[in-house]
Amino acid sequence: MTRDQARGVLESALLRIVPDADVGSIGADDDLRETLELDSLDFLSLVETLSQDTGVRLDEDDYPRLTTVRSTVDLLTSRG
Amino acid sequence: MPSLGADMDEGTLLEWLVHPGDPVHRGDVVAVVDTSKAAIEVECFEEGVVDDLLVEPGTRVPVGTPLARISPDGAVRAAVPAPPVTVSVPPAAAAPPRHDEHVTASPLVRRLAAEAGVDVETVHGTGRGGRVTRADVQAAAAAAARASGPAPKPRRPVTTPPERAEVTERRRVTPYARRLAVELGVDLATVVPLGGPDEPVRAADGRAAAGGPSTPPAAAVGEPAPAPPTTPPPRAAAAAGIRDTLARLMARSKREIPHYYLTQTVDLQAALAWMADRNRELPVGERLLPAALLLRATALAVSDVPALNGFWVDGAFVPGSGVHLGVAVSLRGGGLVAPAIHDADRFGVVELMAALKDLALRVRAGTLRGSELSDPTITVTNLGDQGVESVHGVIHPPQVALVGFGQVQRRPWAVDGLIGVRPLVVATLAADHRATDGFTGARLLDRIDRLLQRPEEL
Repeated sequence: MTRDQARGVLESALLRIVPDADVGSIGADDDLRETLELDSLDFLSLVETLSQDTGVRLDEDDYPRLTTVRSTVDLLTSRG
Repeated sequence: MPSLGADMDEGTLLEWLVHPGDPVHRGDVVAVVDTSKAAIEVECFEEGVVDDLLVEPGTRVPVGTPLARISPDGAVRAAVPAPPVTVSVPPAAAAPPRHDEHVTASPLVRRLAAEAGVDVETVHGTGRGGRVTRADVQAAAAAAARASGPAPKPRRPVTTPPERAEVTERRRVTPYARRLAVELGVDLATVVPLGGPDEPVRAADGRAAAGGPSTPPAAAVGEPAPAPPTTPPPRAAAAAGIRDTLARLMARSKREIPHYYLTQTVDLQAALAWMADRNRELPVGERLLPAALLLRATALAVSDVPALNGFWVDGAFVPGSGVHLGVAVSLRGGGLVAPAIHDADRFGVVELMAALKDLALRVRAGTLRGSELSDPTITVTNLGDQGVESVHGVIHPPQVALVGFGQVQRRPWAVDGLIGVRPLVVATLAADHRATDGFTGARLLDRIDRLLQRPEEL
């Protein structure tokens, strides 16, 4: 998976959770949970969607690495 | 117009999901109502056949106004000449024949029979006056299945009867699906419900039509569907409505209810370790959150302290008919609603987690059921995501208690005479002093604490 592909998967996953979010304007190092006001249920469905769409297994230990766009893309590209 | 919350005085009928002549039963979603909090799906409380729709979509009426007339069964309609409005509307695809026939059966039973591929005329009726009952149809269907191998497919006719197209019929579309369709640029007239042609159009159908990722694309049909005459209020107005409703409810609570507050810090070490173990085994879609454990413990504790589970009505406590846990869910754009997870004490942790996800999804999608909003017996608010330590809540009248949880935080804590670092959560109770005393309230928090120390028993 390329970085662009990973970012695309992430953006479409975020749009499913926050349909009116301006995902293009999220900075690479912005905190996703803070910027999009995701609660723990939203975050869980983000994890669910990402692992479904990419086939990458994401365990609870990986959650800290799903903080920003950059760290999420890093994680996804390193695994898949 | 049902009361969909203690604070609701009137509501706007947004759309009908049934037509005159349709059989309905208890729990069927029959209409969508705007309560100024949200668009709510209203369920039917009767069994029978829709005779007449009395309120036009878009009309605002006070609580208690009759919305529709429902006959208990077909018999009433046979006795009275059908009103013109009923005649002009052709029966639905599998609609019942009229009553000038040999066999007596309610429209509901006839529809059931049609779906099961059973000819009502051949069924022996065991009901009063030889009426064919639902059980008779099921027995006949089972007998047919035994005789001829696999049962006939219980399928409604797929084709739309020609006369149906002549009626200016409204499509059954859930509010969320409608909003989604606008966002995705989908023409609702071209959407085929995934659940079948007689099912309402739901969000997934709209996504499918938009070529969405989660579902296969659906074929389009040419059934004409006029654009919905009423659109949900724009977001800002809806948010203002929610604010207004909350303002009145909370003001009433603080004006009328003498609150008392209790606090207890709970060590979650055992519970979270147990949860991490479970989550390693569970597929990602079923993973637990601490909130599910807290809700489970609260539901069990509440069933042990029933004095906090119910309503204060006309100067007296009325116990709840079950533990219907209202879960406060914040809305994007402001405000919150606290719909109920019914009989929450009967759910295991995994089921409760699924119920919580489903509820949160539907709160945001605007597809709550009326009964979920109107009958929580106690409310739980979990502000753990916001990073606050504790919450001293305001009771939702006419309920008599509200349980709050703050964020799980790692803090020093004395364990067996030593200081350790433990994940702690502050559980609070706000309760109505007219209904209970602090002694009773303390039992609830203590019970929650004990339950969370033995997560394997949750």
